Amino acid sequence: MTAVRTRSLRKVYSSAPPAAAGGGGPAPGGKRKKEPKPQIIALDGIDLDVAPGQIFGLLGPNGAGKSTTVGILTTRVRPTGGTAWIGEYDVWRDQTAAKRLIGVVAQRPNLDFSLTAREILLFHGAYFGLNSQERNEKAKTLLERFKLTDRADQLVRGFSGGMMQRMSIARAMMHDPQVLFLDEPSVGLDPQTRLLLWEIIREYNQKGRTILLTTHNMEEADALCQQLAIIDHGRIIASGTPGELKASIPGGFLLRLRFGQHSAPLLERLGTLAGVTEVRPNTDGGADLYAGRGGSLIPEIVSAAVALGVELSDVHISEPSLENLFLHHTGRSLRE
Amino acid sequence: MNGKAFLALLARDARVARRNMIPLVLQTFLQPLLFVFIFGRVMVGSGYMPAAYKSLLLPGIMAISMVFTGIWAVAMPLIGEFQFTHEIEDRLLAPIDISWVAVEKVVAGLIQAGVTGVLVIPLAWLILRPGLELHVTSPLLLVCMTFLVASFSACGGLALGCSVNQQHIGLMFSMVMTPMIFFGCTYYPWSALSKFPILQKLVLLNPLAYASEGLRAALVPQFPHLSLPFILVALTGFDVLLLVVGLRQFQKKAVT
Repeated sequence: MTAVRTRSLRKVYSSAPPAAAGGGGPAPGGKRKKEPKPQIIALDGIDLDVAPGQIFGLLGPNGAGKSTTVGILTTRVRPTGGTAWIGEYDVWRDQTAAKRLIGVVAQRPNLDFSLTAREILLFHGAYFGLNSQERNEKAKTLLERFKLTDRADQLVRGFSGGMMQRMSIARAMMHDPQVLFLDEPSVGLDPQTRLLLWEIIREYNQKGRTILLTTHNMEEADALCQQLAIIDHGRIIASGTPGELKASIPGGFLLRLRFGQHSAPLLERLGTLAGVTEVRPNTDGGADLYAGRGGSLIPEIVSAAVALGVELSDVHISEPSLENLFLHHTGRSLRE
Repeated sequence: MNGKAFLALLARDARVARRNMIPLVLQTFLQPLLFVFIFGRVMVGSGYMPAAYKSLLLPGIMAISMVFTGIWAVAMPLIGEFQFTHEIEDRLLAPIDISWVAVEKVVAGLIQAGVTGVLVIPLAWLILRPGLELHVTSPLLLVCMTFLVASFSACGGLALGCSVNQQHIGLMFSMVMTPMIFFGCTYYPWSALSKFPILQKLVLLNPLAYASEGLRAALVPQFPHLSLPFILVALTGFDVLLLVVGLRQFQKKAVT
């Protein structure tokens, strides 16, 4: 039994998608004469299998469909097609049962501004049927763990962004859900809070809980996730463990080169260098080199360029990384 | 339906209402009581209005206060929470069908509107006495009418709160609430419109007209009012209609 499963999940927005659930781009030929509403395909057939007890990462740029996927799995976005399960429950047939199993940290803060930090936790616990003693103990432990005890009885209205984020995560953990969804959990956090967050996520995972998080941060995906799916334009373009994914990049190292002018013979020559597995010309007169080694290639590249009279204007070496993987699959950088 | 979760949702609203008690009370009672003072006390005392106007005015003021309270209590939080603060999301994720989250809001608004209605009577009485003649012949009718009016205000709040955009709140008050109040038989009985036959028919589309006339029938039956069965059927009809529309709009807002 999987903790989270989706099959052929599709979502088409006929108006602008909500802020935290960006669309993937306009639908090809989606316009009809009588229906000028633009259709946006946010998800185009997503299949996910998340094993129980896994930290699973959905990695992709803004607007790739990550938030829409989380929205469907957490009963907030109705899918246009396909199915989604949490454990044994079909999310869209048995919403209440599915909701019992999940905790959700949304991308934008959605704390109850009329309540204090402690009250937020207590009421959340009450919605999930915890009795008064359980609620109080759990709230106390979580406030302590998230370093919020000294502000526990203040309204959250005045909290900083980082405190609100910690509070959102504490609230999602209040009823000890089997599956915890975190949509871009570390956006806007300072490095110290981010480390605390990672520690807490790992700790929660060690209790046997499943965690599905979305991120556009490679480092986070690499450090935290045991399994990853890379998503772009509403499709999964690659999936596996971070190690597997990185190993799947031809060569592993990426050398981004820029030349003074375009030269086909040079590119041909570069392709024959030892260790180079792929040469991809860029539009701006440069080339991406995928290779089994990095720095040691530079002298050979330089001498090849000199021999052909081409000026080398820039070299950037990056080690095997998910960033390179994304670039390899989409031709775009995640940060673009 | 999950009773525990429903009660917890109500408890949350009660906590928030208790926290905002003072502004809530001022907002609810100040305007109607000023109105009662000027029209019931100053205008009548100076002889510009007949003494009987005091008694005629009270049911209308009660209807306005209740409708304002219910709509405000339900619509304003919903508009803000869906569009701005997203506070409601935690409650939408509670293990209960989301329609019950909407129903809970209606119940909370209904209670607030009901309490307002019950409190306005003695407060207005304090300002208007002597000369205020209330004839509650059937307490059951008064309870029933108060309930129907409170439900109308809370269901109306749900329907408005889930249909109005945040930037249109001002428009909601000037285009919906104000005409509703002035054409709602609040400051005059429906029979007073007999010289304006078209208007007299048109105001029957306004649910507040039934609320005012219904409370008039329950509190001051000595004045002419619409027939009681007609009022009861119309108010019940508006309650159901607004609840159904409100729930549909709520679903649309809650799930994209």
